[in-house]
Amino acid sequence: MVTSPPSVVVVTGVSRYFGARVAARLAADPRIDRVVGLDPHDPPARLLGLLDGVERIRADARAATEAIADLGPEAVVHLAITSVPDGRNGGRAAMKEQNVIGTMQVLAAAQGAPGLRKLVVRSSTAAYGASFRDPAVFTEDTEPRAVPRGSYARDILDIEGYVRGFRRRRPEVAATVLRFAPMISSSAETSLTRYFAQPVVPTVLGRDARLQFVHAEDAFEILHRAVIEDHPGTFNVAGSGVLMLSQAVRRAGRLSLPLPEPALSTAAALLRNLGVEQIGMDQIDLFVHGRVVDTTRLVREFGYTPRTTVEAFEDFIQAHAAGSTLTADRLVAAENAILDGIRRVRAAAADAAPAGRETS
Amino acid sequence: MSQDEYRDMLPGTTEFRLPEPPPVQRVNGRRPIPEKGEPMPERPDPVAAPGGLDVWDRRVAEGLAFLRRRLAGAYEVDEFGFDPELAEAFFHPLLKILYRDWFRTEVLGIENVPAEGSALVVGNHSGTIALDALMLTVGLRDRHPQQRHLRLLGADLVFRMPLMSELARAAGATVACNPDAERLMTSGHLVGVFPEGFKGIGKKFSERYKLQRFGRGGFVSAALRTGTPIVPVAIVGAEEIYPILADLKPLARLLGVPYFPITPTFPWLGPLGMVPLPSKWLIQFCPPIPTAHLTEFADDPLVVYNLADQVRETIQATLHELLEKRPDPFGP
Repeated sequence: MVTSPPSVVVVTGVSRYFGARVAARLAADPRIDRVVGLDPHDPPARLLGLLDGVERIRADARAATEAIADLGPEAVVHLAITSVPDGRNGGRAAMKEQNVIGTMQVLAAAQGAPGLRKLVVRSSTAAYGASFRDPAVFTEDTEPRAVPRGSYARDILDIEGYVRGFRRRRPEVAATVLRFAPMISSSAETSLTRYFAQPVVPTVLGRDARLQFVHAEDAFEILHRAVIEDHPGTFNVAGSGVLMLSQAVRRAGRLSLPLPEPALSTAAALLRNLGVEQIGMDQIDLFVHGRVVDTTRLVREFGYTPRTTVEAFEDFIQAHAAGSTLTADRLVAAENAILDGIRRVRAAAADAAPAGRETS
Repeated sequence: MSQDEYRDMLPGTTEFRLPEPPPVQRVNGRRPIPEKGEPMPERPDPVAAPGGLDVWDRRVAEGLAFLRRRLAGAYEVDEFGFDPELAEAFFHPLLKILYRDWFRTEVLGIENVPAEGSALVVGNHSGTIALDALMLTVGLRDRHPQQRHLRLLGADLVFRMPLMSELARAAGATVACNPDAERLMTSGHLVGVFPEGFKGIGKKFSERYKLQRFGRGGFVSAALRTGTPIVPVAIVGAEEIYPILADLKPLARLLGVPYFPITPTFPWLGPLGMVPLPSKWLIQFCPPIPTAHLTEFADDPLVVYNLADQVRETIQATLHELLEKRPDPFGP
């Protein structure tokens, strides 16, 4: 279904790479007159170039309510959702404040905006939780079996709950919830890309998760279409196909270091406290249970097929070849060397005992 | 020889046809002559082959290429985690030793398994650990003309255990739940399910070959919803591999497992008690029960229950027939 594109679009979370890229894309679209970026923080210098065509309003969640009321937007794109606590900006408390309270306020403001026609909310496949009784493939209708351990997954459940409430109160607004698989590309930097970029990758002993990724460019394209076109509902956004964690580590040419789950949790907590790297329960749950989603609904409704998981990961590997030790080329070389060696030894043995070989 | 003499030579009352060659005699526990119908594996004798050197060269090259593909991650895994290359190269040959040489498994009625498209294979469950499911997989892979892979539905306990869960997924199994079963069946796979679950494999030896309750018949509604034919299968032999004499319930509860078996060899002999007794196995596939005309009754408890009962009765009756064919559980 395609209706006229909205003329005024409010995008939240433009101080981060994802929000900035989406805002820039929407601003570059001639069908949209005005793109306003809302964010409590100033974007870092490297993103400022992207945000040329975007009006920026520096406002926290409370002030955003007034800003949205003043702007009278036709579409609100809520992307100010963080998956990993930022140690420098208040840690987990600030993350929850931004994710849950922020969403609440933005949705409240959107509910009060009379001209609103569209609401697009960024969600995550973490919404399905992680349980041993889970089906192998999640469709959009699958309910999580247990309250997830990870803080991000719990936030996502809260956020989707608020969207459900919003849908009840403003049924005429087309509300789109996009559940993104972990994003990966040659340039995107997330905690997961940092994880795969290490030379030695810690994994969970005795577990090999089925992973799915979505290419960041495909995620932007889907978001763009969700704003321009009308696609109410909830959609899984992922590349089809599956990579096992071990397989992904091998394809990236990294070495995996399997650790028992308690040891990995302890190490992750230690690193978190030291502020070195933010590996939360969300990620450990992902590596224990894996997560695969069905994207039939997305492909049918949006008419767009994202790059497959394997292609998206391939793109990532090409850009991060520096830290790899076991590359495919080296393996082929080793294979040929061993084969040659064996052939030479066999030939030598055959030469040494030609008579014995002929009689047998 | 006369037909009567011939009959006397056969163990029990196995059906036979006169034109067939005499039964295979066991020599040192191995079958010297391949059975009729089982094509001789194409394995040229490395010594007798003219290019004996090249055979080994090819094998080494293939082995190295396999190793390289595994190390580089250059293989495909489906959305359930099934790794066909690993199953083909590793699980199948390993289990086939157990299947052929240890249990001397015979597969009957393989023509009842469709050549293509989905089917739900429903079997009786026994044997303390789910070896019968694995042998059924090997049997289908080995004897079916299309060498079909059976996708098993396993208890969530299997997927709770580290390592075990990943082995099960790589071998093609997934959690027994309706979404997964329906997804597999709509994509044309052969799905294997044991509705008795732990009630079946954990029952005492005195209750052998008595089918337990079939649960709520969730497997039937999954088959009905997708219009998949149900193929009942009776497996004889698994009951004798680890005969459960007693079940230590308190210990089982402590360990968080459904039962703790005491068998003649376990836990007395330690790890040696884990070796299954070499019983004789028969696997009989029964004619498929079509369900395509019943799709709208998937949520009708009466239809579901009746169909589950029909499947159960078929398996129970076939078990009795097979037991008559196999009077000696440890016979040849």
